[in-house]
Amino acid sequence: MEARNLTAAPQAALLALERILCDAQVDPKACYQCGKCSAGCPVAADADMTPRQVMRHLQLGQAEAVLKSKMPWLCAGCGMCLARCPQEIDLPSVMLACRREAKRTGSPAVSEVNRFNDLFISGVRQQGTSNETTLAMRYNLTTGHLLQDALSAPKMMKRGMLELPSKQTNKAEEVAAIIDKARAVEQAAHPQADDAKGGTA
Amino acid sequence: MSRIGVFVCHCGTNIAATVDVQAVADAARLMPNVAYATTNKYTCSDPGQQAIADAIKEHELDRIVIASCSPRMHEQTFRKMLAEKTSINPYLLEIANIREQCSWVHKDKAVSTPKAIDLVAMAVAKVDTDKNLYTSTIPVNRKVLVVGAGIAGIQAAIDVADAGFPVTLVERNPSIGGKMVKLDKTFPTMDCSACICTPKMSEAGNHPNITIKTLSEVEKVTGYIGNFEATIRERAKYIDYDLCTGCGACETKCPSKTTNEFDEGLSLRKAIYKPFAQAVPSKPTIDAKTCRKLTEGKCGVCAKICPTGAIRYDDTDRTTTETFGAIILATGYDLIDWTKIYGEYGGGRYPDIVTGLQFERLVNASGPTEGHIQRPSDHAEPKTLAIIKCVGSRDPHKGVSYCSRACCMYSAKHAHQYLDKVKDGRCFVFYMDVRCAGKGYDEFYMNTLHDGAVYVRGRVSKIYPENGKLVCMGEDTLSGQVVRVDADMVVLETAMVPNEGASQIAGVLNAQRGPEGFFTEAHPKLRPVKTNTAGVYLAGVAQGPKDIPDTVAQAGAAASKVIGLLARGQIESNPMIVQVDNAKCSGCGACTDICPYGAIELTEVSLRENSRKVTRTVAKPNPGLCQGCGACTVACRSGAADLLGFTNEGIMREMEALLR
Repeated sequence: MEARNLTAAPQAALLALERILCDAQVDPKACYQCGKCSAGCPVAADADMTPRQVMRHLQLGQAEAVLKSKMPWLCAGCGMCLARCPQEIDLPSVMLACRREAKRTGSPAVSEVNRFNDLFISGVRQQGTSNETTLAMRYNLTTGHLLQDALSAPKMMKRGMLELPSKQTNKAEEVAAIIDKARAVEQAAHPQADDAKGGTA
Repeated sequence: MSRIGVFVCHCGTNIAATVDVQAVADAARLMPNVAYATTNKYTCSDPGQQAIADAIKEHELDRIVIASCSPRMHEQTFRKMLAEKTSINPYLLEIANIREQCSWVHKDKAVSTPKAIDLVAMAVAKVDTDKNLYTSTIPVNRKVLVVGAGIAGIQAAIDVADAGFPVTLVERNPSIGGKMVKLDKTFPTMDCSACICTPKMSEAGNHPNITIKTLSEVEKVTGYIGNFEATIRERAKYIDYDLCTGCGACETKCPSKTTNEFDEGLSLRKAIYKPFAQAVPSKPTIDAKTCRKLTEGKCGVCAKICPTGAIRYDDTDRTTTETFGAIILATGYDLIDWTKIYGEYGGGRYPDIVTGLQFERLVNASGPTEGHIQRPSDHAEPKTLAIIKCVGSRDPHKGVSYCSRACCMYSAKHAHQYLDKVKDGRCFVFYMDVRCAGKGYDEFYMNTLHDGAVYVRGRVSKIYPENGKLVCMGEDTLSGQVVRVDADMVVLETAMVPNEGASQIAGVLNAQRGPEGFFTEAHPKLRPVKTNTAGVYLAGVAQGPKDIPDTVAQAGAAASKVIGLLARGQIESNPMIVQVDNAKCSGCGACTDICPYGAIELTEVSLRENSRKVTRTVAKPNPGLCQGCGACTVACRSGAADLLGFTNEGIMREMEALLR
């Protein structure tokens, strides 16, 4: 293993770090590295890096390591880490900021989560509301996992948890306008990094 | 035939619930020479004490046994009662501890009652052998010797002197001030170190009750608490301080130069020199090893230029002997010599690796770079600084096993100072743990992090030069990566070790030191500033690594203990000390070797043996130094040494009573 040179961080990593920290509004220097976040995290055991390690890499200016990690994508956003952190570091925001940065550079570490998120937003934009049936079908079709969770469908149907695919609100355009405006705001905030991914998901 | 009284205490239910006290008293009544035995609910209470005094009178008792709590608890109480209320000598008293050593540790009366009877039988057997003992008062000389004049010694000296007692402050170096006066700023408040230390130095220098002896060492100490006789050697200064005005003309003209110790070797000084501007005494000395006149017989420029004719090339060492009532050891520390043990850091080959104390001089406005942070090799401003903690500390393999306590804070201070002075600089701190326990300390450390210091958790394994940089190899154990830092300069925060003078004074005083060489306090919690040698006290790092606030606090504590001793003016001697029977003593010296207080010496005496006069070597205990521990009586093969109040005979009689 070659030694990481702490005095020669690549410029790209430093810029990415700056964007992540600015986006999340978090100062990694405050982190004690106590690990309480990781100890309580429900998904850390299944990730390649704990939330504490995410913070450590950010402390050392190693944004690229975090952007390669699955942790930000597996984060359920439950907020347990923030609730328990002695320094009140907003880790869920850090994870979201890392996802956004990874999306901008076009390399989400867990593509399924990214796909799901994109399909969710585009579905809401089209139908003005979240439609689980459409979402599940689209997700299974685009990922190729055609029968994923298909066995759950009859039970969910029985309990009325799946709507008809055609269900939508009568104000879908207004919801679409909100989403478009949010995308425009984000585009304006990071114009240079956003060439690859437009707002037309 | 003695008439012994036995008084068995209930101690409420403390004893009576577990021991059948009446059965104990009944059994005692049948023991040899016991004239009277009774029980009492609370023997230590005023009525309880009065009952004993009355019984002594009524039954004409001549010695007593009290079966109660530990002698630690109430032996003094009952001795006082005997002295004040009866005609019995207070040392004709034995305590049978039937509480801590019996009722409190047993549950079953069937077990504890016979045991209590055994304990009483032993005390009865021993009290029968007890003899009258008398205390005497020893006058205390009201002068204090303080060894070492760093901030600990200075503070202790000022505190004692302010209470009105004369102090002699002895320092090996040409000026007082120690390490603190070399420092730039002090954590966590960032006070200028010299600004708070030099006023104390001049206060000590001008104090009517303080005599400062610089370039001096304590060569010999004899005597005991209240009456120490110390021989102090004052090395030749080659200057008549009565004539010298401290004008400094000599220093400007002197042609010989050598390494400047005050700047930690980062600059040069003259052969005739005052170590630093605010030195106390503010007068120069000649370094005989460097002076051309003293080594080669040539030059003599200083004598020619001196306007008052104060130069004395023929000056010699002077020794004086003085008597002191108490001694405070404030010998301080040195930094471990890392160059000898850390080959992996270059072992001193790379000039841009400096110690924390050298960094203090580099960042100090009165230092060799006037406070501009420049690396020694080319005077360039380092743009990347690596600070390495625990160099020597917590490294039993190469250095010492203990934590030096102050380094975490001063390395945070160094990082803060560097980032403050070098705006575009980057600072990496390698550490094992961050230990910032103290008022405002952790906050200071967190501020340093926010200043931008990057803390890397791990020791540096090696440092080597590459492309004009010093490459520090380490691991960041928090992220599990092997890392390197290409630094322009490296600061090693090295371990504190006892000052090299400590072993000399320890030998002179027979003062105990721990395995790491720091002086041992009498009790780590309850007697933290006393040593086991009565009348010798500790202040500062001489006792163990500590920072300036703790050092000053401990110096004040040592001073207050000394003031208490001196204010009494006299001390009562302990009569339970060793006595040597010259007729039995073979002069083997086993006792002198085993005595932890250096209280026994061998001496020649004239004796009359078989009607002939002979001269023999025998052991002579010093009653002032003897603490009555009894180690010598065990070591003595001929049974000549006997501890008064704990005689060999008394202990044998106790054993006999137990085994009967």
